[in-house]
Amino acid sequence: MKPSRWALLVLALFVAAVLAIAIGTIRVPISALADAFRGSQSTSAFVVRSLRVPRVVLATLVGAGLGMSGAALQGTMRNPLAEPYLLGVSGGAAVGAVVATVLGFGVALVPVAAFVGAIVAVLAAFFVARAAGSRGDARVLLMAGVVVGAFANAAIMVLLANAEANVVRNALWWMMGSVADATWPQINVLFGYVLVGGTALILLGRNVDVLALGEDAAAGLGLNVDRAIRDVFVIASLVAAATVAAAGLIGFVGLVVPHIARGLGARRHRALIAASGIVGATLVVLADLLGRVLRPPSELPLGAVTALVGVPFFLAKLRHLR
Amino acid sequence: MIRFDDVAVRYPRAGADALNGVSLSAHAGALTAVVGPNGSGKSTLVRALIGRVALARGRVFVDDRDAVAMDRAELARNVAVVTQREELAFPVTVDDYVQLGRFPHLGIWHAAGAADRRAIDESVEAAGVTALRDRRVDALSGGEWQRVRLARALAQGGRALVLDEPTTFLDVGHEMAVFELLHRVARSGLAVLLVSHQLNLVARFADRIVLIHGGLVAAEGAPEDVMRAEILERVYEWPLVVTRDPAIGAPALVPLRSR
Repeated sequence: MKPSRWALLVLALFVAAVLAIAIGTIRVPISALADAFRGSQSTSAFVVRSLRVPRVVLATLVGAGLGMSGAALQGTMRNPLAEPYLLGVSGGAAVGAVVATVLGFGVALVPVAAFVGAIVAVLAAFFVARAAGSRGDARVLLMAGVVVGAFANAAIMVLLANAEANVVRNALWWMMGSVADATWPQINVLFGYVLVGGTALILLGRNVDVLALGEDAAAGLGLNVDRAIRDVFVIASLVAAATVAAAGLIGFVGLVVPHIARGLGARRHRALIAASGIVGATLVVLADLLGRVLRPPSELPLGAVTALVGVPFFLAKLRHLR
Repeated sequence: MIRFDDVAVRYPRAGADALNGVSLSAHAGALTAVVGPNGSGKSTLVRALIGRVALARGRVFVDDRDAVAMDRAELARNVAVVTQREELAFPVTVDDYVQLGRFPHLGIWHAAGAADRRAIDESVEAAGVTALRDRRVDALSGGEWQRVRLARALAQGGRALVLDEPTTFLDVGHEMAVFELLHRVARSGLAVLLVSHQLNLVARFADRIVLIHGGLVAAEGAPEDVMRAEILERVYEWPLVVTRDPAIGAPALVPLRSR
């Protein structure tokens, strides 16, 4: 990808972030933004510092994590429709969150439970794939992820069948996704995962280039195929699980973003994964902004907005694939 | 250079062995062809070499070293493999694709250097695909794609080249071009091991032919020794005659109509 394109991507993210900080139920003039960062005590400065900025930063990290995770998984699975949620990460996280809520865990522990649930789901998918007799076969892994996800959905329905209203509401929050209640500790944890995991995925991008040729061809080029698939799978799942723990389920970002990045000219996976991080961040920041301004003062769930954008894209892509 | 020694392979849940004790060698500077009916175990040989199937028995050697125990990247630096099927999920340019041939030479931190660039330029030139470098691989014809895959394998810079049916779907002209190229590559000093169904081309280009049937070596030797009607009729279960090709006098196979 050309350097000018990279600059354009970063600029787009910056503009989206500034817009998302300025626009909302309380509109902050661009000129007042600078004051807010200089420590002004006005109401709008308070809104910017303690509500908008954390929210936009969280949206950026969630989008970056999902975008990079999706790009790495699509290449590794050789499947343009792969994304973290197809691998059972989402279902597992939701089950973890719902179980924690049903058991009456505190708010602080619910993200932890979601994270554990996502990891358990990934391990389960691996276990199913191994039981099917194929350790590294990407297609079997994908199928195993879908099966684990379906099982997780059933488990959620059983758990919620007799649940109280507030438990159902809390579970629903997880399944719809949101960056509204962003807090700095939460952001710091996710930042660690996205930074370390994202860097690792970019470094592994060269392996993904080779894996995208097919497993026999990759082995012929000297790649330890099973280990390479496992590395990408585990790291991408960890990053996706961390985003779910911080902001609930936000679907279709991991699916749509790599296609946009490819369309912008990022072909080799190191560039593609990095570009998908930037595009994903921009997309989620804009989707969150859209959810806030479409029907004020109520907010549309972030996961619903990304799905509304993502589903038509998915269908168009499906048509194109035939 | 490459030596299979009594190699047996059984796929999980398969009733019979895919390979049942095959021994054969591919020497430096020679074109060795492996032929045989569908399902005779030819592709399994290639997969055994790159460690994609477990050996039930026997060993595979590269320069007298056990290929199974070798570091994967080191094996790939010595032996380049063009597998039978390869379909890119996300098409790249020819240039980027050929660069993947340098993968076993690069560490996770290293970018391609001058030596890598030179190897790529030379292999692109040798395979005759210089004009295609900026094209995307999904925009290539079948013949162009096979030559680009050869360029990628040559860029690997090993001393042996293993190919599994590289002329599938190619017309006569492209088929000949690939065989001429492989012949040149062998004469330049590489060991070339070629799995092919093209008996008549193999008879004209190969230094040695190994005929595999039912997971066993049915015949091996110079083309004249293997391309014999009584051997081929038995293995391929079809009536045929072997004559001479009019150009260079190599054995030529003519299958007969059933009536």
